[in-house]
Amino acid sequence: FRSVSKDGLFGKIKTLFSGRSIIDEEMYEELEDLLIQSDIGMDMTLKIVKKLEEKVKELKIKEPEKVYDILKEVMKEFLIREDTELKLDRKGLNVILVVGVNGVGKTTTIGKLASKFVKEGKKVVIGAGDTFRAAAIEQLEEWAKRANAEIIKHSQGADPGAVVFDTLKAAENREADIAIIDTAGRLHNKNNLMVELEKINKIIKKHLGEGVFYESLLVIDGTTGQNGLTQAKVFNEVTDLTGFVVTKLDGTAKGGIIFSVSEEIKKPIKFIGVGEGIEDLRKFNVDEYINAIFE
Amino acid sequence: MLDNLGNRFQEIFKKVRGNGVLNESNIKDALKEVRLALLEADVNYKVVKEFVGKVKEKAVGETVLKGINPAQQFIKIVHDELVELLGGTNARLTKANKPPTIIMLAGLQGAGKTTFAAKLAKFLKKKGEKPYLVGADIYRPAAMKQLQVLGESIGVGVFTIEGSQDAVKICEEGITKSKEEHATYIILDTAGRLHIDENLMDELKEIKKMARPQEILLVVDAMTGQDAVNVASKFNETLNIDGVVVTKLDGDARGGAALSIKAVSGKPIKFIGVGEKLEDIELFHPDRLASRILGMGDVVSLVEKA
Ligand SMILES: Nc1nc2c(ncn2[C@@H]2O[C@H](COP(=O)(O)OP(=O)(O)OP(=O)(O)O)[C@@H](O)[C@H]2O)c(=O)[nH]1
Ligand SMILES: Nc1nc2c(ncn2[C@@H]2O[C@H](COP(=O)(O)OP(=O)(O)OP(=O)(O)O)[C@@H](O)[C@H]2O)c(=O)[nH]1
Ligand SMILES: [Mg+2]
Ligand SMILES: [Mg+2]
Repeated sequence: FRSVSKDGLFGKIKTLFSGRSIIDEEMYEELEDLLIQSDIGMDMTLKIVKKLEEKVKELKIKEPEKVYDILKEVMKEFLIREDTELKLDRKGLNVILVVGVNGVGKTTTIGKLASKFVKEGKKVVIGAGDTFRAAAIEQLEEWAKRANAEIIKHSQGADPGAVVFDTLKAAENREADIAIIDTAGRLHNKNNLMVELEKINKIIKKHLGEGVFYESLLVIDGTTGQNGLTQAKVFNEVTDLTGFVVTKLDGTAKGGIIFSVSEEIKKPIKFIGVGEGIEDLRKFNVDEYINAIFE
Repeated sequence: MLDNLGNRFQEIFKKVRGNGVLNESNIKDALKEVRLALLEADVNYKVVKEFVGKVKEKAVGETVLKGINPAQQFIKIVHDELVELLGGTNARLTKANKPPTIIMLAGLQGAGKTTFAAKLAKFLKKKGEKPYLVGADIYRPAAMKQLQVLGESIGVGVFTIEGSQDAVKICEEGITKSKEEHATYIILDTAGRLHIDENLMDELKEIKKMARPQEILLVVDAMTGQDAVNVASKFNETLNIDGVVVTKLDGDARGGAALSIKAVSGKPIKFIGVGEKLEDIELFHPDRLASRILGMGDVVSLVEKA
């Protein structure tokens, strides 16, 4: 097993097409194998390959090399292009709620986002909604300091709902443009924790007024396997997500799970995390992403 | 979902009955199902291939026993093979001839190292040992504070140097301090890092060289996908790890990455993390994880009884 390439699995896709003279069943099977190795998952892989085969037939393509570009196009089509930008144009306070399972990069992403907004001249207030994890508040405080944003916090063990309420209130009092709310990491199969998240949403809705839009972002670790899809489904049921952030894409995993997440939830990826530094956040761009994973 | 695989096997083996023989043709579809189940569980693609080959080898030619049906027999073969692959010969922590025993933790960002460091300290303390925690994460904001808070909550000493830029030095001074305190176990918590980050991987090598730990444990998130093999082989290459800790198994990920890691590193899984609280630590049981990876608890115990 030790021979797994360091060049990334998608890199092998190019060789797969360029290294053969005819398009046959074997080529598609090898492609399937490569896609599965990038966490795209069995169902999604079969969907992609089926679509590819159809296109190749339809366009009467005979050269394997040309299939490469078609594959890119097919894969792009499964990702969502609409609303990849955050919607923060509301007069008054814009709210961003950040959720996800444990350790995926929520707090770090919030630090990066806050810094970006502050640099754009926005007034940002961050709410320390993770009152559970040891030193979660101190971690967020450090990020707020780096970003030049204000932080609203209670002590560890406090009710996260109360923190959210105070954050929104303080943000409005200070006429902030954006409030970003950090939440404790929670596994989606923990019912009590998902109920807590529901409550947080209710507090935001009540504060903003029913029907007022706010961003609700699920952070997904780019190294996550098939569980990422379940995460997306369950969090989306509880909080009605507006999009995703995929982190840790500076590693060798390329976040293949986002294909089935996009296909299933039909919501955009808005940002990707590419490191631990404050600048290591990129706007998600379908074309760039596909090019990067095919490199 | 849980018994799906079992049902599918029943369907597949409908035609084979008692005293029938499992052969290439009648297990072909069943092997396909196994492959699919393992891939869905995030077992690495290449590991799956090798595993399915082994199962085939074991199954072909087996006579179906009276009293159990072929589906059950096949499941048992698959399950036993998985248990064997997952199980290590020595899942215990190595102890130093003369205390203290030094345990070093390493892994990707957010895997659960710091939490596990405190869990292990609590676990050892309960056994009457005197653990000491050393926080060598000089990068992540409030990482040292996190370990301090956790240490305090279980009444275990924590050493760090706030603001230090030198992880090796923290470990060195931490070990000295722990020895002064007559600690029997010293647990070194390190910063999360990517396996491809040469500088940070070198830092781990330096810590290892200085501390000469009895145990180096790789901490891995149960939700990890196919890349687990790259991570495990790189950490193992760099550090020659002694074992693996799989965290967040209280979730609903099937945890196939654990199998991949065992397969590429050959190193045993020693502990699992099953929650955020410090008592949520368990010794590793290969049979339980095998059932989980296959997505079927009950079918196996059924066969066991037959
Ligand atoms: N390499 C890399 N590391 C990242 C990235 N984003 C976050 N991290 C690291 O991942 C680890 C966890 O990040 P956090 O921001 O604390 O994650 P979280 O989701 O807030 O974690 P919990 O609050 O404990 O659930 C930290 O070590 C971060 O530095 C990224 O894009 N790339
Ligand atoms: N549900 C669950 N959460 C866990 C488990 N182990 C750790 N966590 C959570 O995972 C998140 C990350 O844990 P940490 O211990 O900070 O991880 P780490 O590897 O030290 O992270 P870095 O130092 O940033 O690399 C925290 O929210 C922990 O509470 C576990 O077994 N189950
Ligand atoms: Mg956090
Ligand atoms: Mg840590």
